[in-house]
Amino acid sequence: MNEHIVKSYEEELKLLDRRIAQMGGCAEKLLIQALGALERRDPKLAESAVASDATIDQLERELQDQVITMIAKRQPMANDLRHIMTVLKIAGDLERIGDLSKNIAKRALAIAGESHPKPLMTGMRHMTEMVQSQLKDVLDSLAERDIDKALRVWRSDQEVDAMYNSLFRELLTYMMEDPRNIGLCTHFLFGAKNIERIGDHTTNIAENVHYLVLGVPITDDRPKGDKTASTLMSTPQS
Amino acid sequence: MENTAVDLSAIERVEAARTAHITGAAKPAKVVAKGVDVYYGAKHALMGVNVDIPDRGVMAFIGPSGCGKSTFLRCINRMNDTISSCRVTGNITIDGQDIYDPALDVVQLRARVGMVFQKPNPFPKSIYDNVAYGPRIHGLAANKAELDEIVQKSLEKAALWGEVKDRLADSGTGLSGGQQQRLCIARAIAVSPDVILMDEPCSALDPIATAKVETLIDELRSNYCIIIVTHSMQQAARVSQRTAFFHLGTLVEEGATQTIFTNPVDQRTQDYITGRFG
Repeated sequence: MNEHIVKSYEEELKLLDRRIAQMGGCAEKLLIQALGALERRDPKLAESAVASDATIDQLERELQDQVITMIAKRQPMANDLRHIMTVLKIAGDLERIGDLSKNIAKRALAIAGESHPKPLMTGMRHMTEMVQSQLKDVLDSLAERDIDKALRVWRSDQEVDAMYNSLFRELLTYMMEDPRNIGLCTHFLFGAKNIERIGDHTTNIAENVHYLVLGVPITDDRPKGDKTASTLMSTPQS
Repeated sequence: MENTAVDLSAIERVEAARTAHITGAAKPAKVVAKGVDVYYGAKHALMGVNVDIPDRGVMAFIGPSGCGKSTFLRCINRMNDTISSCRVTGNITIDGQDIYDPALDVVQLRARVGMVFQKPNPFPKSIYDNVAYGPRIHGLAANKAELDEIVQKSLEKAALWGEVKDRLADSGTGLSGGQQQRLCIARAIAVSPDVILMDEPCSALDPIATAKVETLIDELRSNYCIIIVTHSMQQAARVSQRTAFFHLGTLVEEGATQTIFTNPVDQRTQDYITGRFG
């Protein structure tokens, strides 16, 4: 692509890309911290996750200020306009990912004294890793303007949904087995839901990358996998 | 689930109708150009321009200086006839009538196709006479009362009446730049044209006068076919429903303004509107 006649406009767009990349890096790191805090029931790690979220919020505010100034100053058109608007929307998704991760870390503090059933943690870990790799891929697709990569992320969200479904059922089973598990399992359930939501924000980012590059929205129907809204555990009939 | 699907299709229908209205896609063409070439002596200034310009809407011509947009605009009322070295080939019709037909009266054509220029150019006459000049020479008014009415209606349509109604006898050149430009628009409207050509009508105006002229263009578009040449991309985006991009004498891309400014097809259009021309 040719460079802008106005050099400072070109620099502003590059700065915008650096800012969103930095935000993305922070969000990735925060998700890893949150899982670590939950897994090891580590209050220190949980606290540093809370602090990282404040950094992401600050980065989002700075990015937003830059976008508003650029719109006023440059009156962007065509691909520049799509660039600036999608980065703003992606920043919103990353900010939400930060919040959801922070919430997972906070739950680590709440359940610090309780014992974890190992299989549950394995499920959580597996699901988080899946979302982590999707987040990483979608951020790469943004940096490389790679729509194929973005589409792969967009399609693979149903695997996360499937994981969430099975974890949901597993948690219900634990709760039915022993009511003393209910407190812990509820926190896990919210944690799992947060990770599933992070997956949804990741697909939002993939959609925005597609629009940024091609100027049209993704038209396929995305397979939806979250069925927990209509799931009830049948109680054994005695 | 069933209900949602029905609602969505209804929304889509409304949306399609709304978009068609905005883009002017469903409207019949007023001006049709086919294979138009223009030469200034040996210089080939415009090459093979094909475009349909819809009625009751605004079409904007954009492009860098010397790209041929003004040359093409001047073909539509045969202003290029006044340049002796200029030769136009190809076909341009208005309402199906060939405007380069040798039997056609050029003066009548120019009454049907009004023009507003970059610099406001009122006649050194009174405000009243500026507007009355066209109707007088074309014999559009049978008496003074009719002429008064035409003058008032034209000034009202040009959103100038309120500002000048008490000083119609004052000189047109004594008005402010923005008022002069609206006076020129009133003068163009006075002869009831079908098409109004505007060649950078706001480039000599301040932002407030520009806003007034843009509002006026937006109101006039429900009754006229308006074609505007502008160097301001934002202006083209604001006032037009369709946009054509010219470059090096060719019409590169023409389409709904919304599409041209958010997702143009041609790389040259993209480079021009985003400020990337090397």
